[in-house]
Amino acid sequence: MPRPTVATALRETSFYGAVAFFFVLAAFPFYWMVITSFKENSDLYNVQHIPFWFNDPPTLDHFRYLFEKTLFTTWLLNSLTIGLCVTAITLVTALPAAYSLARMTGRNGEALGIGIFLTYLVPPTLLFLPLSRVIANLGLQNSMWSLVVVYPTFTIPFCTWLLMGFFKAMPPEIEEAAIVDGCSLFGAFIKMAIPLSLPGILTTVIFTFTLTLQEFVYALTFISSSDQKPITLGVATDLIRGDIFYWGEIMAGALIASIPVAIAYNLFLDRFIAGITGGAVK
Amino acid sequence: MVAIADSVPKPASRFRFILDRRDVLGSLMVAPAILYVLLLVGVPFLMAVYYSVSAYTIYDPSWRFVGLANFEQIIENPVFLQTLTNTFIFTFGSQTLGLVLGKFGALVLLRPFPGRKFVRALIILPWAVPIALATVAWQWMFDSLYSVINWTLIALGFIDRSQAPNWLGNPDLAMLSVIVVNAWRFFPFAVVIFLAGITAIPQDVLDAATVDGAGFWRRNYQIIVPMILPIMAIGLIFGIVFTFTDLSIVFLMTMGGPVGATSVLGFAGFQTGIVSGDVSHGAAISLFMLPVLLVVVIFMLRFIRRREI
Repeated sequence: MPRPTVATALRETSFYGAVAFFFVLAAFPFYWMVITSFKENSDLYNVQHIPFWFNDPPTLDHFRYLFEKTLFTTWLLNSLTIGLCVTAITLVTALPAAYSLARMTGRNGEALGIGIFLTYLVPPTLLFLPLSRVIANLGLQNSMWSLVVVYPTFTIPFCTWLLMGFFKAMPPEIEEAAIVDGCSLFGAFIKMAIPLSLPGILTTVIFTFTLTLQEFVYALTFISSSDQKPITLGVATDLIRGDIFYWGEIMAGALIASIPVAIAYNLFLDRFIAGITGGAVK
Repeated sequence: MVAIADSVPKPASRFRFILDRRDVLGSLMVAPAILYVLLLVGVPFLMAVYYSVSAYTIYDPSWRFVGLANFEQIIENPVFLQTLTNTFIFTFGSQTLGLVLGKFGALVLLRPFPGRKFVRALIILPWAVPIALATVAWQWMFDSLYSVINWTLIALGFIDRSQAPNWLGNPDLAMLSVIVVNAWRFFPFAVVIFLAGITAIPQDVLDAATVDGAGFWRRNYQIIVPMILPIMAIGLIFGIVFTFTDLSIVFLMTMGGPVGATSVLGFAGFQTGIVSGDVSHGAAISLFMLPVLLVVVIFMLRFIRRREI
């Protein structure tokens, strides 16, 4: 029936209007980061100029300033170190725990699994006061290593839950066959379960790393020296002199830190959802 | 089997024998994770509870017990009552807005159209990008002088430059701003959750309903919504917990201001306990989150149990 009526035209228009609305809503702040970070200051701080595009030619000044005159590279390295260490700690503890909980029969495994997951819901804003004393007792105050100690408190519960979902989706017959063939229980875990769940483990690694990048509250509480800050904290709080915000530099830094996380999320999103709901529903 | 193991009495094999017992190995494998969590979540939690009934400050680190005095002082403070109200407004407002945006976003993404994958990738961004960085971008968009939002409103002729709103300087607008930013941050999560739920519904269920005469709204509210309710509830629980206890958005955008209009529990706890060093009152303020967290946890446990039957 090729008869385009007013009703269908209206429906199409409103549909694409909705698409455009969500497009702008989600993307505009990031477009704003990009345009701010490449703009000349004279262009940036002029209310007569149209803010949406370049009135003067774009510049790399803000990026140059960020890398040459600030501790930005130090923050990048700090975040990388923290992320790698936390990921290692998390994998070593969460991987065996998740496997064990997934294969544990009866109510105990289920209850323990839920118990570990619930600790993920205990917020940093409830724990930061006692934890800052723990950190002080460990002699780690004002050091990025305090974050290496504290971040596993939420990455371990989260990843145990995620990995539990992946392990449960794996048929136990595979390991049972390996055990019949002379493998020990632990050997079956190392030689069969881990290689078979590599996609799940990779997802977990990526999300642990992004969780450490996203964290802000603990970093804000425990670290005040500029050279110990992770990138999120450094960009958000350290590019301000007195009352003056270095908007070009702040947006440039935010942009650089956001890109890897944005890519990782988009690549691994489906697996992430499968893990979270797999652990929850089955 | 036992005889063979005994005839080779090497320590390694005995060790192996223990490791081959399912219960022993299972407990050994769970132990590190449980220990870590107990030591750095369980113990600090108990410490936080004790702080709130002690006279502990960073200047006087004593463990003197003062009973409920801290809580009494806090409740009598009108500033705290405003903080408590703000926290509920902030949570309720941003979750409602986030859910509505999430539902409509999911509806939009369900229909195939050119560039759908690209739009989906963009919609994920607000949730993926570190919230502190996105918040700073919003702060710049709400700038008192160079706000791009105001510029647009002026250019479209809605307002005059002299009466341009100072988003973060006016109590009501500041609250609205932090709610919008938080809803913006959570709506992609809601979209993803809705999408996962809706695509998991078997098509034949919907077809059967259509054949039986169910229209769009009936399918929507009597089949789709009940079927995605479990997954929706999990999403909402996450949202509520992380919003109710949030600190970063308020800290970066408004510093609780103007005059406490956007102060929330997490922020007040931080200001009192960390910045001012009054640990006991800070801990008591933070503990006001606990009832809400407990309700959420109980709800979640009951809900998981119901799913199992």
